[in-house]
Amino acid sequence: MRHIISLLMENEAGALSRVAGLFSARGYNIESLTVAVTEDPTLSRMTIVTTGSDDVIEQIIKQLNKLIDVVKVLDLNDGKHIERELMLVKVKATGVHKDEMKRMCDIFRGRIIDVADNSYTIELTGSCSKLDAFIEAIDRSAILETVRTGASGIGRGDRILKV
Amino acid sequence: MDASAHSATDTHAKSMTGADIVVSCLNEEKVKFVFGYPGGAVLHIYDALYKQNGFKHILVRHEQAAVHAADAYSRATGDVGVALVTSGPGATNAVTGIATAYMDSIPLVVISGQVPVPAIGLDAFQEVDMVGVTRPCVKHNFLVKHVKDIAPTIKKAFFIAKTGRPGPVVVDIPKDITAHVADFIYPKTVEMRSYNPILKGHSGQIKKAVKLLLGAKRPMIYTGGGLVLGNGAAELVKLAKALNFPVTNTLMGLGGYPATDKQFVGMLGMHGTYEANMAMQHCDVLLAVGARFDDRVIGNPKHFGGQKRTIIHIDVDPSSISKRVKVDVPIVGDVQSVLADMNEILAQEENQSTDTADWWSQINEWRGIQSLDYTYSDSVIKPQYVVQKLWEVTKGEAYVTSDVGQHQMWAAQYYKFDKPRRWINSGGLGTMGVGLPYAMGCQFADKHAQVACITGEGSIQMNIQELSTCAQYGLPIKVILLNNRYLGMVRQWQEFFYENRYSESYMDSLPDFVKLAESYGHVGMRITNPADVEGALKEAFDRKDKFVFMDFLTDQTENVFPMVENGKGLSEMVLSPSTASRLKGEE
Ligand SMILES: Cc1cc2nc3c(=O)[nH]c(=O)nc-3n(C[C@H](O)[C@H](O)[C@H](O)COP(=O)(O)OP(=O)(O)OC[C@H]3O[C@@H](n4cnc5c(N)ncnc54)[C@H](O)[C@@H]3O)c2cc1C
Ligand SMILES: Cc1ncc(C[n+]2csc(CCOP(=O)(O)OP(=O)(O)O)c2C)c(N)n1
Ligand SMILES: [Mg+2]
Repeated sequence: MRHIISLLMENEAGALSRVAGLFSARGYNIESLTVAVTEDPTLSRMTIVTTGSDDVIEQIIKQLNKLIDVVKVLDLNDGKHIERELMLVKVKATGVHKDEMKRMCDIFRGRIIDVADNSYTIELTGSCSKLDAFIEAIDRSAILETVRTGASGIGRGDRILKV
Repeated sequence: MDASAHSATDTHAKSMTGADIVVSCLNEEKVKFVFGYPGGAVLHIYDALYKQNGFKHILVRHEQAAVHAADAYSRATGDVGVALVTSGPGATNAVTGIATAYMDSIPLVVISGQVPVPAIGLDAFQEVDMVGVTRPCVKHNFLVKHVKDIAPTIKKAFFIAKTGRPGPVVVDIPKDITAHVADFIYPKTVEMRSYNPILKGHSGQIKKAVKLLLGAKRPMIYTGGGLVLGNGAAELVKLAKALNFPVTNTLMGLGGYPATDKQFVGMLGMHGTYEANMAMQHCDVLLAVGARFDDRVIGNPKHFGGQKRTIIHIDVDPSSISKRVKVDVPIVGDVQSVLADMNEILAQEENQSTDTADWWSQINEWRGIQSLDYTYSDSVIKPQYVVQKLWEVTKGEAYVTSDVGQHQMWAAQYYKFDKPRRWINSGGLGTMGVGLPYAMGCQFADKHAQVACITGEGSIQMNIQELSTCAQYGLPIKVILLNNRYLGMVRQWQEFFYENRYSESYMDSLPDFVKLAESYGHVGMRITNPADVEGALKEAFDRKDKFVFMDFLTDQTENVFPMVENGKGLSEMVLSPSTASRLKGEE
């Protein structure tokens, strides 16, 4: 099953490579991994999207907790949570595509953030599956370039990951 | 760097160089021996250690041996082992030693030199990314970038190495940092918000476990390296005695329960005894203590899981629990603390008696098979016989180190360890070449002790240069070379699984080990006749102040039995020809 794991770790040089190294050394899947410093500059927050059986996910959580720099780990799938990913898509905006892209962008609540002679750049946020759906919905041949950040996740309501 | 680690109270800070700080930190940690080898990046540190009279530096002949010796020192004493190596090739030579310690959870602090901070990343002379190289085989590692961080980092390194599940920690220190000057303040305590190992077991779980043990009809206690590392042997003996349960040890756990006690059923696993493996397979309640259900121990997990049993597992590392085998009652905590709690709860129980008479008679029937039987010969020396005689001659009191191969298994099967921390070997990584440096570590740990290194002619050549170190420090080690002129363990697998195609497992051009030993000033002996084995061992151990290299020419065709073949279940053992033919005759 697909899991979103959130973790807080010491904001030290090499911390990211410890997590990435753990996943590759033990053969765990990584769908996406995002990391940035938090409001507390000594801490980084990472969101990892992975897949695996319950046993594998249990081992992943234990192994992450075992890393000395990791302060806290939370499997967001253990409760209600929100996930968001940002995607930038550059599409052809000529001929039929011009109106079509504007219309699809509105339906998916995206924004056109750059307009050039022959292209639009669309900004879209949402769950990973919403971004996938957008890609499915538009004419593939019109896509010039895409870039996605990978998912960030947070628990709903009182579910808070903090030191 | 976590600011809370700097909780120093010492106000008499002294200004000194980074190199002096390194040395002072080691002395603050009361380190007695540092095993090392000098080089450019650590010259400041070597100069600083020349000027101090705290710890003693032991100059090895290869950095791998420095780490192995520090590792054995730790296994024998329980203290953190310390090694010091230079950057680049010194650091990479240390890696096998570090990985060996990591796999067996041994607490080490390895200090490596690094090129100066401004040169890092420029492919400088003798530069290697030590933090990157060792990341997968350390508990943690650090690159120190400021002189003021040296003391708090070393403090943390010792703390991390020895607490929780122990392991090696690398501290990589650039050369320029060791020349910079800072106030030396050694932190008294360490606090890390990201690292708080759980030591005390959950009382509800412990109560539940005791109930299960008391209700067991076919109980089994299976203990491993964690019982030895956590100094829990005394509590375990108390528990096992109170319950009258059978006990087996893993290769790493030998000595955790006295081997000469009648409740001991021997080692289990691939080369375990028949009774240990059968009891492990058929028990109804299993208490696992500081053991990690390794693939060499339970055989095929599917076959193991085919039998229903309730498993209680005590381990300080949650990731060891339910990793390979699903556990019913997990208890995360330190063995000593959890076993003490168990003993206390047990003592309060009204009815402490267990009904294990039927189970014991079953176990005794399995024992009757005598799976460690071998055929003695008076024309060729049987390796098992040498180990048995070694046990007798040393009265079971020696520190025994081994290398990796058939000789390692015979050492484990035939030397009966009654005390923990006496059996020193590489189980997890299975590193050939550890034997001699391990013996050095033991001899430094206890300079009057009898130390025997059981080895093979393949393995001993992987760190043979340490004969020189042994001469320099006058270490009276006894090398017991079971010389079968084969990479025996490889040959055995080739005999069983590759139709006797002995591909590259024969060693030609062996040195004359007697002359080799003598060339270093040691005593060399060659023993070819079974009748001479005992006398030779006595003679060697009587030479209390001499290093004696004993080259026993042993049976080239001998194999290790019993054997659970790869992928087979624990109870599907191949027995030795002598056991098998005896059983056949009895039918
Ligand atoms: C040629 C060869 C053949 C082998 N054949 C066999 C064989 O037949 N039988 C066999 O048993 N092994 C055999 N081995 C060894 C095997 O590979 C493993 O190394 C060994 O079985 C692991 O032992 P262990 O389970 O005791 O774990 P260890 O590696 O000793 O692990 C210790 C466990 O205890 C935990 N621990 C540590 N400290 C504490 C504490 N204070 N409190 C609580 N828990 C703690 C750790 O977290 C860990 O889970 C062989 C090795 C070689 C090289
Ligand atoms: C460094 C290393 N290389 C290779 C191996 C694989 N290996 C395991 S046992 C063995 C043979 C050991 O031969 P020897 O030391 O003569 O011992 P014997 O089995 O003959 O007793 C080999 C090559 C290993 N364990 N370690
Ligand atoms: Mg050999």
